Amino acid sequence: MRHRLQFTIKKLVRMALLLLGVSLSAFLLMDAAPLDPLQTNIGQAALGSMSPEQLARLEEYWGVNTPAAERYLAWLSGALRGDFGVSLLYRRPVAEVISLRLGASVWLLLSAWALAGVLGLTLGVLAGANRGRWPDLLIRAACLTVSSTPSFWLALLLLMVFSVWLGILPIGLAVPIGTAAADVTLPQRLLHALLPALTLSVAGMANIALHTREKAVDVLDSDYIFLARARGERHILIRHVLRNVTLPAITLQFASIGEIIGGSVLVEQVFSYPGLGQAAVAAGLGGDLPLLLGITVITAVLVFGGNLAADLLYGVVDPRIRRGAAKG
Amino acid sequence: MEPILTADHLSVAFTRYGRGLSRIALSALTDLSLTVDAGRVTALVGGSGAGKSLLAHAVFHLLPRNAHTAGTICYDGAPLTPARARALRGREISLIPQGITYLDPMMKVGPQVRRGRRDGMSRARCREILARYGLGSEVEELYPFELSGGMARRVLIACAVMDSPRLIVADEPTPGLDSQTAGRVLAHFQELAEQGTGVLLITHDLELARTVAHKIVVLREGRTVDEVPAALFQTGEGLTHPYSRALWQAMPENGLIVDREVSVL
Repeated sequence: MRHRLQFTIKKLVRMALLLLGVSLSAFLLMDAAPLDPLQTNIGQAALGSMSPEQLARLEEYWGVNTPAAERYLAWLSGALRGDFGVSLLYRRPVAEVISLRLGASVWLLLSAWALAGVLGLTLGVLAGANRGRWPDLLIRAACLTVSSTPSFWLALLLLMVFSVWLGILPIGLAVPIGTAAADVTLPQRLLHALLPALTLSVAGMANIALHTREKAVDVLDSDYIFLARARGERHILIRHVLRNVTLPAITLQFASIGEIIGGSVLVEQVFSYPGLGQAAVAAGLGGDLPLLLGITVITAVLVFGGNLAADLLYGVVDPRIRRGAAKG
Repeated sequence: MEPILTADHLSVAFTRYGRGLSRIALSALTDLSLTVDAGRVTALVGGSGAGKSLLAHAVFHLLPRNAHTAGTICYDGAPLTPARARALRGREISLIPQGITYLDPMMKVGPQVRRGRRDGMSRARCREILARYGLGSEVEELYPFELSGGMARRVLIACAVMDSPRLIVADEPTPGLDSQTAGRVLAHFQELAEQGTGVLLITHDLELARTVAHKIVVLREGRTVDEVPAALFQTGEGLTHPYSRALWQAMPENGLIVDREVSVL
């Protein structure tokens, strides 16, 4: 029990430090960017026709003349009290913008994540079981090709093939153009999420498949597989191999959360998918400091939570940890 | 006595790719002949690197893919083809491997001994066999990492006995055990032989071999050099082959005269 408590406290302290570090570096990067929020968001022509009073009001709104330290501390003290401020671009509370965008992204992220895990594990075990033969070579070649391909380029390629040439999938957005939000059907949503989810999952899948393949090869070379064969066991792949590759697969699966969220920034941009990733790009390019920091913190929490979940699941799945902890 | 297993001039070689595309053949077993009788313990004794374990792998047709065998292995009077070996594995021929690494670390003992079968008959038989080796039914719920070395050895024996085999190949079943536990494990082999099973005990330990086996086959550098009743190694009388004599002389109570040739053992 004491062990569990220590573990939890240690993790919470680590998360607090991580969030502080991440928000500070995001702020510093943003501050260092050679980007004038007025010019970007209002435009040179419009600025030229404004009176000095109007310009002063706009400069105050975008916080151009406030010192950096003061701006960060103001944001931090608000965030500690649970107030993430108001998005400068959307003129709505950051929490509201994020929850709206996350709601659009969550199914995309989840399905990409699940697809990456299931496909990666299956292909990895398949390749490992056929080591040196053509299924192994094919899977490895495909995985290496895919993982050295930038995801936005892959997204463009998929768009070209499925939306332009074949014309069977929509070219972008989360719902059909010109349809009221209430009239959008579930199949329509799924159809719009299909290509982005596929693109997102592919990179994670390749990584999981290649690692799982190595582990499966190790397991197949192990003494216990030798004995299983000598005992004439059937279904060795399911009974022994799958069981022993689950642990590393769990780690890989949860570690891939970061990759998938990171990938969503580019992929949502290519598919004009109105999700969190696209909001992050808009906030970054538009100088919307509160929104960018809010998104940064939320994604950091998601990635940290994923790794924490992997740690906790390890204790449930691995009998050596589960029973060892129960005794100690 | 009917031989259950005979190996006749068996050889095993491995091909490896050397520089470029040239292939190098490495021969591991050059000429191994032996017979294992039903109801008897036959010990195959040899130093490390003599190729003892390869015989076990060859009997089960589980040699690596780059291995080539010549000579014949006969089981129960008929050649042991790959297809026949596949059909016999886990039914009539059983392997007892060296240690705990041969148990799946992520699976409880019970399902491993039963090979995943869940029916009442398998459960009852599993419990009965574990009890025979002094293991209670609570052992079924343990994972391999919770077993001691001696318990793991007994679990591995239970795995092999589960299907009432007619031939058991035990590959170095005692290293790492204290002499008392090792003695108990070996007594189980004698017991199995008394029930009619042919036991092939592969070991580097001549002392253990002569206490438990009926017959001792001496292997040296991939070649069998002698096949004699174990009794000859008690007194040293009648050992004609010089290597066997040298082995006998190297035993502690016989003066511990270690020949340079034997010291590799």
